[in-house]
Amino acid sequence: MLMKVFTDFMGWIDQRLPVTDAWNKHIAQYPAPKNFNFWYIFGSLAMLVLVNQIFTGIWLTMNYEPSGEGAFASIEYIMRDVDFGWLLRYMHSTGASAFFIVVYLHMVRGLMYGSYQKPRELLWIFGMLIFLVLMAEAFMGYLLPWGNMSYWGAQVIISIFGLVPIIGDDLTLWIRGDYVISGATLNRFFALHVIALPLVLVILVFLHILALHEVGSNNPEGIDIKKPKGSMKPEEISKFTFHKQYSDKYDIVDAVPFHPYYTVKDIMFVVGFLFLFCWVMFFAPEGGGYFMEAPNFTPANGLKTPEHIAPVWYFGPFYTILRVIPNAMLGAIGMFSAIIVLFLLPWFDRGTVKSVRYRSKWHLINLIQFSICFVVLGALGTMPATPTANLIGAIASFGYFGFFVALWFYSKNENTKPMPERIAD
Amino acid sequence: MSNVPVNNSRRRFLTAATAVVGGAGVVGAAVPFIASWNPSARAKAAGAPVEVNVGKIQPGQLIRAEWRGKPVYVVRRTEKTVSDLAKHDDQLRDPNSEKAQQPEYATNPYRSIKPEFLVALGVCTHLGCAPTHHGGDFEEFVEGVPNGFYCPCHGSKFDMAGRVFQGVPAPLNLVVPEHSFTGNDTLLIGVSPDVNKGAA
Repeated sequence: MLMKVFTDFMGWIDQRLPVTDAWNKHIAQYPAPKNFNFWYIFGSLAMLVLVNQIFTGIWLTMNYEPSGEGAFASIEYIMRDVDFGWLLRYMHSTGASAFFIVVYLHMVRGLMYGSYQKPRELLWIFGMLIFLVLMAEAFMGYLLPWGNMSYWGAQVIISIFGLVPIIGDDLTLWIRGDYVISGATLNRFFALHVIALPLVLVILVFLHILALHEVGSNNPEGIDIKKPKGSMKPEEISKFTFHKQYSDKYDIVDAVPFHPYYTVKDIMFVVGFLFLFCWVMFFAPEGGGYFMEAPNFTPANGLKTPEHIAPVWYFGPFYTILRVIPNAMLGAIGMFSAIIVLFLLPWFDRGTVKSVRYRSKWHLINLIQFSICFVVLGALGTMPATPTANLIGAIASFGYFGFFVALWFYSKNENTKPMPERIAD
Repeated sequence: MSNVPVNNSRRRFLTAATAVVGGAGVVGAAVPFIASWNPSARAKAAGAPVEVNVGKIQPGQLIRAEWRGKPVYVVRRTEKTVSDLAKHDDQLRDPNSEKAQQPEYATNPYRSIKPEFLVALGVCTHLGCAPTHHGGDFEEFVEGVPNGFYCPCHGSKFDMAGRVFQGVPAPLNLVVPEHSFTGNDTLLIGVSPDVNKGAA
């Protein structure tokens, strides 16, 4: 009886909006390779964290006051006087760091298994745009508590725009809306942080998923599960029912429907992730001074720079590249280039074999050295700039850019292993 | 694909168990979001009980206190006013205070703890205006009743126990807030006598 009511209701809806069709196309009958491993959980986790950030963010704005006079006090008010305000804020601040951890691991997965290669270039670019917006979002969010590290961090980053030839000074003035960082800057950052950028982020995530489902998911083997129509024997074609948009065009092999197979898997890892997340949130919300920096517990003071200015950990790699180049202008160019080369990765890699499993030893070594350099750059970014640190940073920066240059050279005629036709059981 | 036959009852159990645990998680996660809408510690402090010294109020005089952003009228009624209260019961909507507009300890003919002191919110039960106190010249509104409250917004009338007269827009008597006396002359608005006994 109840089932019939539901079926009738969905029938009524489906005649007017293809809800069931969309559910099948993207979830229940989406063909996902059967060999997803641990590395394939971070997309789901990133979505989870995004939802967390949106909800806790909305709730924080209910008590936050975006003004130079009131911001710092309103954070204290949230932490001390609002019921569960401390929890909502820690969910948001822990979520910010968790977002970057998850996104960086998501990107490592893409690098390892060649998920950026043709035909997934646009998918990769949407992902990079998400990363870029996320960095802007995090940077602007970090100003809002109006602590002294908020203030001076913003001071440093905004000053980078002053390096643009000719218009630099006017540009920084325009960004700040004042001669110093002030309530005017805070207010516009607030508007961008809570409305403009989240909106862009959600749209980009939507496009990222649409693009993914158009080209299909890659997998640890890098073997395509969509074979040309008619090329497979009937007994080789997957027994599962997939949406006709996929099965009409291709012979689908070695695939399982995303739901319930990977929804169940993702739930498992979500539980594990939430354990870690809650542990940090309840027992170490400041993340050892890396998630929330000590100087930020004093109000912004335009006359007193904290002794040791360091960006939040997730900006560390790019900050180090900026810092080790002994020329301000070139440093800024270096920093932005580090992001631009990531955008161009699908074209630096001229190979056709995707997964590191079937690529040359050189590629494996290159990936490892790149990862090490990235972590080293990140660690250095949170430390004082001593001559030794700068030397190590310069070497690591070289390794970072070297990854792309080397890739471009060896990928053209790479000595790869033979690729199997099918994903093994 | 595995060839093990599908065990539907086990599958249903696992689905249900997952849904229940997940549902509990969602409910738990909703707690901080819902609870944070309650008045904050600051709001509660601002809404804390208000102390009023009633010793200096002259007989027949009204003073206004502010409690939770609302005006509270405190009137020292003369003995004549108190004894007059019973004389116009037939003109009132709710002469015996049957509607719960006052705490239990004020559900009496005077609608107060001490007959001498009326403590009532100065908020008309019609649309929330503040009724004006007419001491001695209330006869122009109700014949034979010398004292009372008249709401300038829509003409509602109340007697000196805050009881509403018939034939006016206001449906209910004025609200008597929780209140108690901590000393002879000290009135505490916002706390009932029982609750306060331990503290005082």
